[in-house]
Amino acid sequence: MLGGETFTSRLLLGTGGVPSLEVLERAVRASGTQLVTVALRRVEASASGSMLEVLDRNGVRLLPNTAGCRTAREAVLTSRLAREAFGTSWVKLEVIGDERTLLPDVVELLDAAEQLVAEDFTVLAYTTDDPVLGRRLADAGCAAVMPLGSPIGSGLGIRNPHNIALLREAVEVPVVLDAGIGTASDAALAMELGCDAVLLASAVTRARDPERMALAMRQAVEGGRLARGAGRIPRRWHAEASTPMHGLPEL
Amino acid sequence: MQVTVNGAAAEVADDATVAELVAAHSTGHDRVAVALNGDVVPRTGWAQTPLTAGDSVEVLAPTAGG
Repeated sequence: MLGGETFTSRLLLGTGGVPSLEVLERAVRASGTQLVTVALRRVEASASGSMLEVLDRNGVRLLPNTAGCRTAREAVLTSRLAREAFGTSWVKLEVIGDERTLLPDVVELLDAAEQLVAEDFTVLAYTTDDPVLGRRLADAGCAAVMPLGSPIGSGLGIRNPHNIALLREAVEVPVVLDAGIGTASDAALAMELGCDAVLLASAVTRARDPERMALAMRQAVEGGRLARGAGRIPRRWHAEASTPMHGLPEL
Repeated sequence: MQVTVNGAAAEVADDATVAELVAAHSTGHDRVAVALNGDVVPRTGWAQTPLTAGDSVEVLAPTAGG
């Protein structure tokens, strides 16, 4: 359940960095995703309408982002423009505070989130892995909190798994691990930590074989979710034999 | 008269509307959004919104993005 809608896939796919529409379509199908992020740019720099045709015919829902916005004012205006263009009030809210790391400006982020919730947007907030900030965003009415594992496009995985687990405990709304996923084990870890879903783009779109990586991510998300529900064994310092000692022959 | 469209100077008729400007700049796009001087102009208002000399217009369309 996300923003009042039910999804059977827990993998959200970004389209950024996709090398071609053919690759995008194969990756979308392999991933099983039902929610795909898109962006708005000046018409002369934008993809032709065919990208949306590909997404439409695969039955995925669009999630516009506010990528590139640096202030709450820009992000709110971009969200309103996206609502016009895409006909959806859902938005992946990101407000960037640093060019090199693309880390969120959390002060502007919270300000924008409050304004957008007041305008009846369904806000999915891209944020740091700070559990206190996550709670503030949830309290502001965000439909989901989306902490980064590591900087966008870095592929460094989840640098602070403990914070992700704490954030999961801190809020009632869905937690979506967003940014930093490099490979399938990162996505599985996110789910094992209790995240409700994973959002990734570069890990698939810039992989050598995006379609195969999309399938890997799908199975990793499913595997991690199952493992979380199954309850892992406690970690031990030393071994605990799995084969019984009783009945061991003397040889 | 002169206006700015997506950061570049553009010459439009004195009685031009947002709708006419969008039609001239968004060939091949159906899901377009327009900001006029920093405010959204809803699609339903394009034909009724006249342009004024010096206006700054952003005509935006979907693209790939994370």
